[in-house]
Amino acid sequence: MTELVAEKLSVHAGRTPLVTEANFLIGAGEFVALIGPNGAGKTSLLRASLGLERASGGRASVNGDNSAELAPMERARRVAYLPQQRPLAWPNTVRDVVALGRYAYGAAPGRLGNQDADAVDRALMKCGLEELATRQTDTLSGGELARVHFARALASEAGLLVADEPVAALDPRHQFRIMDIIQQYVAAGGGALVVLHDISLAARYASRMIWMKDTCIVSDGPVEDTLTAERMAEVFGVSAKVAGRAVEIEGAV
Amino acid sequence: MTPNRALIPALLVACILAVFTACLLGSTPMPIDRVLLALFGSGEVADQIVVWQIRLPRALAAFATGAALGISGAGLQGLLRNPLAEPGVLGVSASASLFATFSLYYGLVALSPWVLPIAAMLGALAATALIALAAIKTRSVVTLILVGVGISAFAGAAMSLLMNLAPTPFTLSDMINWMLGSVANRSFRELGFAAPFIIGGGAILLTSRRGLSALTLGEEAASGIGLNLRNQRILTVLGAGIATGGSVALAGAIGFVGIVAPHIVRPFVGHDPARSLIPSTLLAGLILVLADIGVRILPTVNELKLGVVASLIGAPAFIWIAMGRRAIHD
Repeated sequence: MTELVAEKLSVHAGRTPLVTEANFLIGAGEFVALIGPNGAGKTSLLRASLGLERASGGRASVNGDNSAELAPMERARRVAYLPQQRPLAWPNTVRDVVALGRYAYGAAPGRLGNQDADAVDRALMKCGLEELATRQTDTLSGGELARVHFARALASEAGLLVADEPVAALDPRHQFRIMDIIQQYVAAGGGALVVLHDISLAARYASRMIWMKDTCIVSDGPVEDTLTAERMAEVFGVSAKVAGRAVEIEGAV
Repeated sequence: MTPNRALIPALLVACILAVFTACLLGSTPMPIDRVLLALFGSGEVADQIVVWQIRLPRALAAFATGAALGISGAGLQGLLRNPLAEPGVLGVSASASLFATFSLYYGLVALSPWVLPIAAMLGALAATALIALAAIKTRSVVTLILVGVGISAFAGAAMSLLMNLAPTPFTLSDMINWMLGSVANRSFRELGFAAPFIIGGGAILLTSRRGLSALTLGEEAASGIGLNLRNQRILTVLGAGIATGGSVALAGAIGFVGIVAPHIVRPFVGHDPARSLIPSTLLAGLILVLADIGVRILPTVNELKLGVVASLIGAPAFIWIAMGRRAIHD
């Protein structure tokens, strides 16, 4: 059980505001989609809420402890974070990359305790990577790599998952696979905060949507309540047909 | 692709054999039994002197120099996530030998035998810190290598200036020794003054090696899985700087060993930077011991400098590794 809270959280780069007084609370069993156009401040909000970026105002906390003061290891044990950029410097095996998810427990690739090895095995299984476990990552396709990164995040078995555009640049089948994995994670009692650009995918899977525009959170609530044609026009500048959780974008306004 | 468990023992045995071979060979080759006797303190006095005062310290100096460069190279490669990072390429060795030359030029070395290794280490740390600073500002490794080239060029120019102004031919030849790198005529005394730095720097790199594995994921994700990025940078830079400084104090600037050894080792350890540290140390030491044997037995008029031979082998390897890299890794 992990609770991530932001209270009037602001982030500035120099004098330019990136996030302005954001408030949210994400708890167990919630699948929250963070959506908004490019440059709305989604990534900065995630990073600041985890204490990876310095907030210029307000406070963020994980299970009540100030994120900015949380030791990196302790934070990693509570929240699994999957950043937008996911470079892999070396062609390690899939299993070794996933094993890095256990870093906060003192493990290292090739040096896993029983508990760590079990967690890695479970993560590989959840992401359907058993067969690929000994493959080098530079021989994998984009979709397979995305699953490897996900398995790495799951291996920490943290109570909360924060993922920044985990399905960007994936084909529809792989997008659905990743979303299914997140859904299973949430069904098992985890909480997820996921940045998504595909609104229909977000609407289909998320239990809640946080809408961001121009550094501010403009709406936060269940998909059925917050997903409206007016909001699509206001936040994204597109005209869209909305029917329940289904959304069809017709074009730019 | 399991890490090869036989790798470290095999390298250890090879290193011991190489050092022993270095005691056998030389201007007057000695048979095995005489070397063994001399090593264990018996046999002819002349043999004991040749082995204990000339050949063994020289072989161990070559090993220590290589080991320091190997572990520094492997550590810096892990930190910068690039197989081309190395004390020589990044200008760390050049900067260290500039500082060493400087202390020689102004006669500071007469003050204490510790002046030379400390000067070399400060030079190495200055360069490593500059590169680490640049690494915070830029994500491009090409930029870092260019910064290193700049440091190398500057150190080279400053060194040329010192040579230009050298008061006596004796100082001049001393400086050339530092620039080219050599372990000729090293004694256990000099080894003793460099060893604490090499061992200390190596120990820092070894104790912080787990973070290098984390950095495989990039800095952002590495922080996400619990790495304290700032501490990791400081420790790796400090460790590599101190160890490289020790090696330069002992042998001058020797390039490219720190690239070649980790490159060969990596496939055997599952491409994990943390696990590449110890084998890289041993292999780089082995390479320099062998190269130094080559330098000694080659029938040249003037003995070749070890650093020259290392670069002759290492620079083509550097070009080969650089050309084989795929753009995706940047």
